[in-house]
Amino acid sequence: MNFELLFDPLFARPFAIGLVFAALLPLLGCYLRLREEWLAALALAQMAAAGALLSLLTSLPLMAGGLAGAFAAVALKYAYEGGQRHRQGAAYALLLLIGWGISVLLVSNLPLADRVGHALFDGQLYFTEVPHLVAAVACAAMVAGGLWRLSPRLLTAHFFPDFFRSRGGSAKRIGLLFDVLVAATLALATMSIGVMSAFALIFVPPWLAFRQAQSWRGAQMRAVTLGVMAYTLAFVLALMLDQPFGPLLVLVLAAAGLSVAFWQRLHDSPRA
Amino acid sequence: MSGDLSLLAVDRLCAGWSRSGGPVVGPVSFAVQGGEILGLAGPNGAGKSTLLAAISGAAQVFSGGVTLAPGARLALQMQQTPELSGIPLSGSELLRLTGAPATGLPPYLQRRLFERLDRLSGGQRQCLHLWACLDAPGEVVLLDEPTNNLDPAGVEFLATALRQRAAQGAAIVLVSHDGEFLAAVCHRIERLG
Repeated sequence: MNFELLFDPLFARPFAIGLVFAALLPLLGCYLRLREEWLAALALAQMAAAGALLSLLTSLPLMAGGLAGAFAAVALKYAYEGGQRHRQGAAYALLLLIGWGISVLLVSNLPLADRVGHALFDGQLYFTEVPHLVAAVACAAMVAGGLWRLSPRLLTAHFFPDFFRSRGGSAKRIGLLFDVLVAATLALATMSIGVMSAFALIFVPPWLAFRQAQSWRGAQMRAVTLGVMAYTLAFVLALMLDQPFGPLLVLVLAAAGLSVAFWQRLHDSPRA
Repeated sequence: MSGDLSLLAVDRLCAGWSRSGGPVVGPVSFAVQGGEILGLAGPNGAGKSTLLAAISGAAQVFSGGVTLAPGARLALQMQQTPELSGIPLSGSELLRLTGAPATGLPPYLQRRLFERLDRLSGGQRQCLHLWACLDAPGEVVLLDEPTNNLDPAGVEFLATALRQRAAQGAAIVLVSHDGEFLAAVCHRIERLG
């Protein structure tokens, strides 16, 4: 084990970049879980990875390709289902399959895509650079501003759909804006921490927080805290044990999820 | 039609859910003034809920029209409330979404405002949903089958809340199959179908 690496300035930037997404993804995950759209996270991350790999065929930067892939996923979903809620499961499952298929084909046929593909799917946090940090900070500002405006509308449209409509609100427009916000965040997160790490951070912390919290605000705070704690633990473990970061984060979150679910099964009546 | 004093006027309205399905209600005309509670009664399938949906813009209007007084805000609560199981939302957070104050709620609900809604009974959740809509800032309130899931104490609370809201100047339209309840709280009752 190498404890000195923990304090090496070389790792400060990757840690900061991952930390931003460890806070943002669980926050967005709460709304995805409320809307029963958590599968969207995996589909968008997969499409972002496919977009980044496709950009190798052009002169586009990887990050732009990832964003284009995620936005294309949102556009395809709306074209397929007209933006109707509660019917999105099939669209996201199809997008997930499309993203995976494109990625594997490119990785199999392009030598450069093989290396980039591994980085995207395993997570390339240690190799992130200044543009990734700039993108993460910009993303944080976008999510903060976006949720400040969208959150009350998303919640009102969900819990009082008729009231929301009768006051002139459009659930479809609000849903589209939220989808774009999630797509951009997931695309940028996928470029830094990888597909499965991004999905794990958006799925597991809200899942655990929803079981325990007494309020929406409490669930958001719990989800963010869990995400940041799991991320920090995985980052430290990865450095100390000289292991890839992505699988460790996924396993830490999965272990936390299983432990809490098992504990609640023993001590409480289970909830959804 | 009551003319200028009406907060909501419905004029020969024919409405339904799709162009191909045709109208399921109408033509219907009525007007509601501030301080008035209007009941809409009728058998199942008469189009009572469709009428409320058409007023709020959710259903298709085939002919006729709906006029809301300038600046009047609508608050609508339909029969179906969203699934709350597994969602960590407290009662106080629910009320904040519509801007309804907690003052005026019965003590047994006031005490549980900071609990998750999925820990409350179906009747208590219905009461909170109704209150959130009924006491939200606004001038016209439309409620569809508000007595569903309520026990006698809940129905009594609702009747009192409706009278108080009307006394504050709101125009209220109630759809209900409960003729006794409509007769007890409404100033007028229109029959459909």
